[in-house]
Amino acid sequence: MNIINFTPYSALTGGLLIGFAAFIFFIFNGRLSGVSSIASDGIFSKINRIDNLLFLLGLIIGPILFSLSGNKIESVLTNSLPLIIIGGLLVGIGTKIGKGCTSGHGVCGISRFSIRSIIATITFILTGVITVLIFGI
Amino acid sequence: MTKLSSLISGIIFGVGLTISGMVNPQKVLGFLNIFDAWDPSLMFVMIGAILIFSPLHFTFKRKSRPIFAKSFILPSKKDVDKNLIIGTSLFGIGWGLVGLCPGPAISAISFLNINVYLFVLFMFVGFYLGNFIQNRKN
Repeated sequence: MNIINFTPYSALTGGLLIGFAAFIFFIFNGRLSGVSSIASDGIFSKINRIDNLLFLLGLIIGPILFSLSGNKIESVLTNSLPLIIIGGLLVGIGTKIGKGCTSGHGVCGISRFSIRSIIATITFILTGVITVLIFGI
Repeated sequence: MTKLSSLISGIIFGVGLTISGMVNPQKVLGFLNIFDAWDPSLMFVMIGAILIFSPLHFTFKRKSRPIFAKSFILPSKKDVDKNLIIGTSLFGIGWGLVGLCPGPAISAISFLNINVYLFVLFMFVGFYLGNFIQNRKN
């Protein structure tokens, strides 16, 4: 194992902001910011629909504001169509059945010391690691 | 008023995802590539977020109700069932194939990349199918 591209400071700064955003959503709306649920409910549920859609709009505005302030954003995505389609489907089905993703289980759930979320997070990191091990990057 | 706090929270969340590198699938895959050339950065994203959210939300919850909403909406902490394991396993496989999870995928819509749109489209198809599967079981 070699360590490469390690950026602890920007990762930690981004993480602190994510935690702060989750706190704002919690104290004002009384809800946890699990993005898979917010996204799914924003389209398929009438409850809190406008709130959910505005949160998603915010997620899209965030990177735009960041790049308008003169910062460069790096994002490299695979061009393989089958991978994108299968990956999207699995992320959608999986987070719906498992009721959460990196934000809902990984950040909010672990913060609440939820056993459910701790097991969920270990599971998706484990299957993610195995997938990368098999398919490479 | 919950509309305003939703938007502001979403924006801060989106900036956080961007600064942290979560919106870069290559960086996410680098984090999952533990056995080869490992980029541990994303561990610090989670640590940072938990470090802020955990103590602040516990302190607030003890003292108060939500400012704009009637009550807190909080899921169960304990029910570890088959669905949790199957669902999160599938999610991890999709995450490892592409390097995008739901939050960064939505944020990446701003990059005007057709592949991101396809991913997001199929993620929503996945939400629909997941819902369908769950409703059939119940």
